[in-house]
Amino acid sequence: MGKVIVVTSGKGGVGKTTSSAALGAALAQNGDKVVVVDFDVGLRNLDLIMGAERRVVYDLVNVIQGEAKLTQALIRDKRLESLYLLPASQTRDKDNLTEEGVEKVIRALKHAFDWVICDSPAGIERGATLAMRHADVAIVVTNPEVSSVRDSDRIIGLLDSKTLRAENGERMEKHLLLTRYDPARAERGDMLKVDDVLEILSIPLLGIIPESMDVLRASNLGTPVTLADDRSAPSIAYFEAARRLNGEDLPVTIPGEKRGFFGKFFGRKAA
Amino acid sequence: MTNVLTQPRPIRLKGRSFLALALTPELPFEDWLVRLDDLASRSTGFFMRRPVVLDITGMEIDRSQLHGLVEQLRTRNVRIMGIEGARPSLLDANLPPAMTDGRPTSDIEAPPNEDTKAGAVEAVAPQAPQPAKAPSSLVVTQPVRSGQSLIFTEGDVTIVGSVASGAEVIAGGSIHIYGTLRGRAMAGTMGNASARIFCRKLEAELVAIDGYYKTAEDLGSDLRGKPVQFWLEDDTFKFGSLA
Repeated sequence: MGKVIVVTSGKGGVGKTTSSAALGAALAQNGDKVVVVDFDVGLRNLDLIMGAERRVVYDLVNVIQGEAKLTQALIRDKRLESLYLLPASQTRDKDNLTEEGVEKVIRALKHAFDWVICDSPAGIERGATLAMRHADVAIVVTNPEVSSVRDSDRIIGLLDSKTLRAENGERMEKHLLLTRYDPARAERGDMLKVDDVLEILSIPLLGIIPESMDVLRASNLGTPVTLADDRSAPSIAYFEAARRLNGEDLPVTIPGEKRGFFGKFFGRKAA
Repeated sequence: MTNVLTQPRPIRLKGRSFLALALTPELPFEDWLVRLDDLASRSTGFFMRRPVVLDITGMEIDRSQLHGLVEQLRTRNVRIMGIEGARPSLLDANLPPAMTDGRPTSDIEAPPNEDTKAGAVEAVAPQAPQPAKAPSSLVVTQPVRSGQSLIFTEGDVTIVGSVASGAEVIAGGSIHIYGTLRGRAMAGTMGNASARIFCRKLEAELVAIDGYYKTAEDLGSDLRGKPVQFWLEDDTFKFGSLA
């Protein structure tokens, strides 16, 4: 039986889809069977980030409405054979997602995969609540700025009240993934510090992804950053986050805090 | 002429709950009104001077039917103070306001039918509400998240954790926060001027005691980030460092 993860944030544009794809690809490189499900019906993006936009035939809504079988809608990644994508519909709207339909799909995916990663849409409406409904683990993606942190706090409240786990009185495992962290701006005090974010949200830290051009470049190429270049800083951070998801106890390093000898001499790398 | 407010005295607003009779009509209204008239004939003035709330939860009626019913009740000296369970679209400015969050108390019995109980008539006084004995304090060991509203009108609230920006805690008694207060805290909301607010770190958006309130702007920056308590003294807001 696989684990269902929801990648959520409340606020838009913080890196949910990028992180879903990167973590999915990182987990699949261990040989685990992974499916990434796009819940952003009407505004799908995951297919682009994963470079599968030209292979979409059926989608989540087709499966829920019984117009296609699950196996017909799943798209296997061309680079990693244990990585799959279940795309969202671009033409329908969120009302086509029903609670029973989503439950059926998630249950089927849980049986067939080790990891089911649900990429939640922004907001706290239907799409977002259904994406988190059946999750075992939540990854809350947050940028180090006040509006993102407050929205994440709201989402954590919903995770603790509106999910099946919460309703059954079970504990909902929640992790914080701090993305777009810019060491230079943090040093200048333009951004919230890691400690401040952790103090406000008080959930365990899964990783800190540094702000980097590598992420943008990989997204534009339709390659998850963990597949594009496994030596880049964001890629290493995602790989470490995936290992922590697997239960490994790795210390989190805050980017920029351990600038060594060379850093002092050669200054900062242009972001 | 412009009116200049010379006295910066705040308007006091308080939440308060009252006991009202909830009347649940049934369709068709004509038949139900006949039964109501029957009840009224047995006990004149049963509804007189009593606050009555009309509970139309789940009822499929339109606005004109509702207007008609309220008018019919008015001619019978039943004055409706509020309507519970109505769709917002059903209500307009000429109808009583919507009421929500009603809590049941013991049923108020209608007067007995004198025909069947001739002789031994005991006046059935409406029973005073007897809420189940609830604990008078609430302890919360989790952070109160943005968007959450923690309401405990029965007494004190203790929070072992923080209250997030955009969250609110409303207590009938005092509020104790063993963490950072970033959201709103309203103590003594049921008219308790001796209630206080304590927090270990003040970043609050708004604090209020017994209807008096201060926003973050009014509080100034001296106490930000410090352990602080708030109380009322002769209707003025006081606050001081706890350190």
